[in-house]
Parts: sequence; C-alpha cells; structure tokens
Amino acid sequence: MTGRKKAIWIVGGVLIVFYCLFPIAWIVSLSFKSPSDLNNGSFLPSALSWENYELILTGGASGLFLPALRNSFGICLIATAISCLLAMFAAYAIARLDFPGKKLILSTALVVAIFPIISIVTPLFNLWRNIGLYDTWPGLIIPYLSLTLPISIWTMSAFFREIPWEMEQAAQVDGATSWQAFRRVIVPLAAPGVFTTAIIAFFIAWNDFLYGISLTSTSAARPVPAALGLFSGESQFVEPTGSIAAAAVIVTIPVVVLVLLFQRRIVAGLTNGAVKG
Amino acid sequence: MASIEMKNIVKQYGDGFPAVNDVSLDIADGEFMILVGPSGCGKSTLLRMIVGLEDITSGDMVIGGKRVNDLAPRDRNLSMVFQNYALYPHMTVFENIAFPLRLAKMPDDEVRRRVTEASDVLELKEHLERKPANLSGGQRQRVAMGRAIVRQAEAFLFDEPLSNLDAKLRGQMRTEISRLQRRLGITTVYVTHDQTEAMTLGDRVCVLRKGKIQQVASPRELYEQPVNLFVAGFIGSPPMNFLPATPEGDRLKTPFGDIVLDEKRAAAVAGHELLLVGIRPEYFEDASLVDEAKRPVGSTFRARVDVTEWLGDSQYAYIPYDAPDSIKAQLRDLSKELDSEELRTQAIVSIDATSRIREGRDAEFWLDSRKVHVFDPESGDNLTRDAEAGAELTRLATEDRLEHAQEAQGRDSDARGGATAVSVG
Repeated sequence: MTGRKKAIWIVGGVLIVFYCLFPIAWIVSLSFKSPSDLNNGSFLPSALSWENYELILTGGASGLFLPALRNSFGICLIATAISCLLAMFAAYAIARLDFPGKKLILSTALVVAIFPIISIVTPLFNLWRNIGLYDTWPGLIIPYLSLTLPISIWTMSAFFREIPWEMEQAAQVDGATSWQAFRRVIVPLAAPGVFTTAIIAFFIAWNDFLYGISLTSTSAARPVPAALGLFSGESQFVEPTGSIAAAAVIVTIPVVVLVLLFQRRIVAGLTNGAVKG
Repeated sequence: MASIEMKNIVKQYGDGFPAVNDVSLDIADGEFMILVGPSGCGKSTLLRMIVGLEDITSGDMVIGGKRVNDLAPRDRNLSMVFQNYALYPHMTVFENIAFPLRLAKMPDDEVRRRVTEASDVLELKEHLERKPANLSGGQRQRVAMGRAIVRQAEAFLFDEPLSNLDAKLRGQMRTEISRLQRRLGITTVYVTHDQTEAMTLGDRVCVLRKGKIQQVASPRELYEQPVNLFVAGFIGSPPMNFLPATPEGDRLKTPFGDIVLDEKRAAAVAGHELLLVGIRPEYFEDASLVDEAKRPVGSTFRARVDVTEWLGDSQYAYIPYDAPDSIKAQLRDLSKELDSEELRTQAIVSIDATSRIREGRDAEFWLDSRKVHVFDPESGDNLTRDAEAGAELTRLATEDRLEHAQEAQGRDSDARGGATAVSVG
C-alpha cells in the first residue's frame, strides 16, 4: 500500500469513528453540565459539575432512577438466563435431531423476531391487566423472552451444528448417557456460543423501551429506558436534559464493559451466526 | 474380551434402501477382522451397528454370548477409534484418555495408574498435559487409541483410523496397531477401504459389496482364491488383469495368445462361450529373463508396450488390448464399482526391474498359466476356484494367529515379571 492510500484509509477511519462516537461524547459532555450551563453554546461544559449524577443517584430523581436500574438488571438477567437455557435445548434439538416441523420452528422463530412489537403491545397490555401481570417482573420477562429467544435459538444452533457428531458418539461409546454426553462434552464445547448468545440477548432486553413503557406504571417493574422518558426537571421550568444524559451514561457503562470484556467472542459469534445460521 | 456374532443383520434406511443386507459373520475371540470394500458398501454402517450407534433393522448382534441389539452403546462395553479421532478439545490428553474411567466413577489413583500405563504403551507420556489441538496428527491418533485401550473393553472397533494421516505415518501407525492388538489379544474389527491395511493387519478379511458379504477369508486366500470378479479385482495392487477369452478344448484363446489349462480347470470352464481370464501382474515376466526350467509351465506372446514405469525395485509395463464391447462395458462397470476410473482396456504387467523392455516397442512376454483364474463374465463367479486350497490357507492363518497370541501373552507376562514395560513404537 502506498503512503497516500494509507493516509486516505486513516482519514476515512477517523471520520467514521468520529461520526459514530460523537453523539456519545456529546451525551457525556451534557451529563457534566449543570442545568444553567446547558445552553452555554459550547461543546464542553464551562465547569465540570456532578450535579446531574447527584440528582439521579442520591437526589430527587433517585426515587425514579435507582429502582428502575434494579428492575432493569433483574429483569434482563433473568430473561437472559431463561432464554439461554431454553435456547440451548431447542438449538441442540434443531442441530442434532431430525424431526418433522424443524424448518417450521426455525422460520417461526424468525417471523417472531421480525414482527413489529408495536402491533402486539396493546393487546398484551389488556391481557396483562386482566391476568394480573401488568406492572410486574414476569410481565416484562415473558415479552423479553419473545424478543431474545429467536435470535438465541438461531445463533446457538449455528454453534451446535459446528460441533462434530462424533464427539457425542465417542462419549456414548466411552460410557456416557445422553445427558452426560451433553453436559460434559457438548456444553463445554458450545460455551463460547452460549456466551455470545447470552450477551446478545442481554443487550436486546436491556435496550427495550416499548414494552417497558407500555406494560409498567410504577417503579415496581419499570426498567431504565422507560424511566428515562419520565424524568422531569427540578421544577417544571427546568429541562431534565442533564439528568437524562447522566442516566444514559450510567446505563451505557455495563454494556460497554461487557463488550470490552468479550468483544472477541461476540465478533466470532456474530459472524458465525451470519455465515452458518 | 469376547467374540462377536452377527446373524442375518439387515440395515434399512427410511427410504427402504438396504445399506447392509443379510450379513452373517462370526468374529472369534481375539481375532483381527477387517471389513473392507469400496465406498458405500456398508462397512462403516456395519461397524456402527456393532457399537450401537446405528439401529439394527433385523437380525441378531451377539457379543460375548449376549444379544445386544437393544443395548445402548455405553452398555456394550466396546471401545472405538473414530476416523477423525473425536478427541474432546476442551480436555487435556490425560483427561481425554481418562474420560471413560471417569464416567465409570473409578477412584483417582486407579485412573492415574491406568492412564499412565496406556500412555507408556503409546509413548504419550510427555504430552499428557497438552490439549489435542497442539498435537500432530499421529499423536492425536495415539490419544484416540489410548482412550480405547485404557479400559477393559470387550472389543476394539476402528473406523478408518489412518485415513487422515500422510502415507509415511500411516505405515508406522499400521504396524503399531498390529503390534498393540497382538499384544493385548483383544477382538478387533477394523474398517478400511485401503487394501494394504486390509492385507497386512487382518487375520481374516471380510469383503463387502453393496451391503452384502462377498468373501470372508485370510488375506492369502482372498489373493489366491477369490470367489468372484469383484473380490479378485478389489484385492491386489496393481489390480488383477481381466482378459476376454474363448475356450477351445483345454486352451483359452486370449488377446495375448493361447493359455493351456490343466484338466480340472478345463472341465470347469467347458460349456461357456465367452470368459474372463484373471491374471495378476506378477504372473507375467519379460520372456528373455525367464528360467529355461520355468518356461514350459507358461506361454509366451508378443505385444506392443504402451508405457513402462520403473520404480527401482520393480517395473510395470502397460499393454493395451482389444476386447469385445460387452466385455469392455463390464470391465468399465467393475472399475467404477471399485472406485477407480479405468479408461482403456490394458493389462498391467510386472516385469523384472532389470528388464530392457522399452515403451512403444514390441516385446516378448511370458505368462505363468498355473495360477490364472477364469471367471464367468455373466455372474462374475470364479469358475476355477479351489475351495479346499483356499480353506487350507485360512486354516493355516488361524493356526498362526493362535500360536502368535499365545507367544505374545507369554512374553507379556514375562516382561511384567521383570518389571520392564514392553514398548510399542
């Protein structure tokens, strides 16, 4: 590669990274501006202020934000765990067994995944109210499963399909029951796949707004994205922009940490699913 | 250790295609049995039915006197080496070998003792803590064998275990497997499509074609007394030459001159119009190099040599010949079935390495007519097979095996007494 070509690539790369990261930088910058500083006309705050963080973590908005954070973590982790467990069994069956309706299950999963949420959220709202699931953790975990299960099944079956049949047969000849072969040979081999799937499922649940805002009404189950929409300023004349920005930064942190920790596996998992799924 | 008996085993797939069709085979305790045949002949399916990975449609599978048709693989106590070794990539070599013992809930010190013993035999000692991904092909193969020998299995099953190795390593591992089996004296069933492995390893070889047994015999009997065209063509490398022939009295007229048959064989072929003569490459010789004393038992002919291949210790000459269309078509079918693609009708002739026969010239050849076989082109049957002589060859081989096994076991116990491990390597 010539020097000029290289320079073009570098400039292009920097531009793209800047384009992608600028909104995040903006949010971070906003979160450090005090309410009076919000319209200072410059990108950086005139003075670094922790006011917004104080407000949402210990101040007036903490009653809204902290329970929401707890709900989000709890609901998303439970939904992810259930979805991974179910997807593991389903994907194993799809990858290993020949049964009628296999194609149907896979395509149904795909249909569910692409179905617009907005079209089912109203009936769900009514149903949940009638059977008492409205504004509860299970009331969100169940819809989140419908979001996370299809993609989990697809990615995991791609992973299972890559494990040679012989592994399992060898284990059976060596004296293992089907369950032992699954647990001691197949699951350890599929661990990277399970991991990737878990992370993807967690993100999907974590990012959901529509279910969160429609199926909850109090801090009993309201997740962070929904709570963010309900933030208000200290008085009705103060815009809550700063505190929303601070909350957005806080909910981004776990996602960033997860991605940094497992980025290799996610890339492998995503391309894996893309090519073989 | 146990014998394996198969009675009228049938394997039918969902579409009704019989992959294995009415196979009955007795494998004696301690015997090394080879299942061989071209791809798609059902040999692997048969092996997988023995180990229980494939359901048996009908028939009886009896291992050690017990019918095992309905037993799961883990209840059959057999050990198997897979074609791709199927090592567990997330476990160390030690844990791979120990896996069957761990499943059997064996105490730790016993596991350690047994794994160490197996790894000594297979010279894997310095690799025990490594992962399979960091091993060479040959080492992986040995780990797979270690996993098989570590527990007291009733029998060893090998599914083309050497086909992933390069030629040199394959030769080494072949002798290693042979030595190991002799030493342990365990009943072994070995699937291969490689006839060198079949000939060198087996006490007996079972040749399969389209799910049916063609012949079960010692390698020598297969080579010298094949039952039909298929077995004759499959066993031997380079393969047997098949020439069209018409009988006339006690003579066979072939493209390479007349072949005189003895009385018995002449009687056997009488009444046929068109025949195939099977002549192995080494029954030919450069006529100028044949002993005067040997000359009268064969016949000489002149032919044009197409190509010669000089290999140092031996030399092959290719001689094209003409054949009637029906024979040509049949030979082509046969070669296709044997996984080779023979484009022209030509005889491959083995001549002495010192022979000065050159390509593109006419040369005089001599052929030993004592050992030729005559086949019926319609049915493929060998008309001149001497069943008694064949049975005698297999009987001798069995005797050899038993004697050998006794010796090996005697030696083994001596060695153990002297506390020196017998190295296989």
